[in-house]
Amino acid sequence: MSQAVIQLLRQKFGAAIVETHAQFGDDTAVVESSKWLEIATFLKNDPACAFEMLSDLSAVDYPERTPRLEVVAHLYSLTKGHRVRIKTRVGDEEGEGAEIDTVVGLWGTANWLERECFDMFGVNFRGHPDLRRILMYPEFQGHPLRKDYPAEKAQPLVAYRTDEEAGMSIDKQAPFGPHEGMSFARNDWTKRAEDAN
Amino acid sequence: MNAPLKSVTLDGNETGFATTKLDALLGWARKWSLFKYPFVTACCGMEFMALTSPRFDGTARFGAEAPRFSPRQSDLLWVVGTISQRQAPVLKRIYEQMMEPKWVLAFGTCASSGGFYDNYTTVPGIDKVIPCDVYIPGCPPRPEAVIDGLMLLQDKIASGDRRPAIVKPRFDPVQGAQDGLVQIRKKGLLEGGDK
Repeated sequence: MSQAVIQLLRQKFGAAIVETHAQFGDDTAVVESSKWLEIATFLKNDPACAFEMLSDLSAVDYPERTPRLEVVAHLYSLTKGHRVRIKTRVGDEEGEGAEIDTVVGLWGTANWLERECFDMFGVNFRGHPDLRRILMYPEFQGHPLRKDYPAEKAQPLVAYRTDEEAGMSIDKQAPFGPHEGMSFARNDWTKRAEDAN
Repeated sequence: MNAPLKSVTLDGNETGFATTKLDALLGWARKWSLFKYPFVTACCGMEFMALTSPRFDGTARFGAEAPRFSPRQSDLLWVVGTISQRQAPVLKRIYEQMMEPKWVLAFGTCASSGGFYDNYTTVPGIDKVIPCDVYIPGCPPRPEAVIDGLMLLQDKIASGDRRPAIVKPRFDPVQGAQDGLVQIRKKGLLEGGDK
């Protein structure tokens, strides 16, 4: 669909384009995190690209990789009718120091998308006007969509009632619980990351 | 537990008086005039609408139709849908603002136990935060199930029992099959005769 855009990016930015691939017709460019804003600006403003719309911006956690987090942006051009996906890799093995420039100045929708990305993955966006949690509450510790966050670890705002207060057992009964009665266990992502290294 | 009220029919010009216990009278009055506070947070709300609209008419028939959007004027809190950790303080505050006597009804699996949201976002059952009187299972529950739950709550109110999760003994039509109304048969046995 947008091989031309990928070619254009390669010509213009050369070594800053780390790798490219296409899957199911979606062309993807993995770029240097330091060039993120520059490349995004080019993609929006260049008449041959004209990506007026930021469809989505999120991240993926790959615990066995370094840099660990991958920020993904999906762009769509309303006038040209083509799409492109750009990715960049940030953060060390622990996901610390994940920081890239904000694209709020280009697409207004990036404001909330980047806040969500910060909330769920702990990616910091330099220059974001209002970078705070959007889904979780301010008291929440950690970033829940990172693979090493235990999925069932809740951080209640209201202390749970005890069985004595309730006058009965208010535990979640089977088939709920850690494995919901299933015969297979949850993926231990921390262990998988250790095995990979 | 109080005995249920006996009904008496007066015909003609009879006069007289009836005696009852104040608790029983209050229980009877309360169970037929529930003012609900709908705390609707998720997809169960659709089923709640089906319940209250004409086909099932599941609340007006039981004197529980009028919603009050102020917790101070309502005595039945319907928790309809998933309660996230972020909402839990709001729910607790709403409950605390309600006047005694008050009852809570957990509508659907999420409100009852958190459902399949076994993760960091969801309160695993509203009884972790506030007392709950009736749990209605289902994802979402059928309106019949909700009506059943509402009737259970009415029985509980009439009995004056404030302990949590008291369920009255239920009549199971299968167990009472000796009257011949319900017969359990395996499919295929009828065509091949009685054997």
